[in-house]
Amino acid sequence: MTDTGTYLYAVTEETPSPGLEGLHGVADTEVRTIPCEGLVAYVSTVPLDQFGAEPLRRSMEDLDWLSETAGAHHHVVEEVADRAPVAPVRLVTVYRGDEQVKDLLRARHDDFVDVLSSVAGRREWGVKAYVDLSAPGPAQTAPSLGGPGTAYLKRRQAGLRSREEAWRQAASEAERLHETLSSIAVASHRHRAQDPELSGRKEAMLLNGAYLVERSRDDEFLKTVDDLRDRGVEIELTGPWAPYSFTDLEVRGDG
Amino acid sequence: MTVDGPRGAALAEQGRLPAERVALVDLLDRLLAGGVVVSGDLVLSIADIDLVRISLRVLIMSVRENLGEA
Repeated sequence: MTDTGTYLYAVTEETPSPGLEGLHGVADTEVRTIPCEGLVAYVSTVPLDQFGAEPLRRSMEDLDWLSETAGAHHHVVEEVADRAPVAPVRLVTVYRGDEQVKDLLRARHDDFVDVLSSVAGRREWGVKAYVDLSAPGPAQTAPSLGGPGTAYLKRRQAGLRSREEAWRQAASEAERLHETLSSIAVASHRHRAQDPELSGRKEAMLLNGAYLVERSRDDEFLKTVDDLRDRGVEIELTGPWAPYSFTDLEVRGDG
Repeated sequence: MTVDGPRGAALAEQGRLPAERVALVDLLDRLLAGGVVVSGDLVLSIADIDLVRISLRVLIMSVRENLGEA
């Protein structure tokens, strides 16, 4: 018989969540619930030959596996988030058994309740800002006083200056964007900028922001994003997301 | 591509991707750097794996491979 563990996707407060029967999660395992002291954990039973520490170390380097597992985890979180305020749990959090999940719900009960009340009625939006520095700046017609060599150097210096200037302007525009959006959002978080190789774009990423927005202010938020387009930075919007970026229980006092 | 209801229509109009086509890299930003983190004895020693580093390396490698094929 294969050893199994309990894979944890998300925690909600105890509310009837009909329509989740037949929901499948990672490795096509059936999702079930563990209620405990007013909280509900969404879990599935996973084989440890796939989800033990050692196998995971290898699987996490397998893009197909990672992509499939992240997708399945996300799917469960989304389904749950559609029905109740949710605290998503980080990818591949596996317990020895249900009893350990109950221990968690008991030990961190108040923290979960706090987090869940802080995300209730709110959703996360992602806003990324890019700047294209490969595009040539405004044409600089430097007078050629000292021959072609000097002219070249001057042009080159001017080019560097305008590139630097373009970068500075774009960076401050991205800061302004982040401040403006943060003022509408209940909370904001800046993820690390994605490497161009990961974002799949040649432009440099200046902002990889996450914003927790009251549903009633979604329209205002989205309109503001649209209004701030075409000001020297390219903006990409993603979401709405379950509040992944705002349920990090390990971080305290992170406004 | 399925567009459901006014919200879907509004999203499509603004040129946004439907949820099914979430970029893996955006998802991993959230699934590996966000969410509830449980550390300690309860969890099966996943915490000592630097998930972010491993996964990002995989992604970069795969992107390079794709570029090589193109």
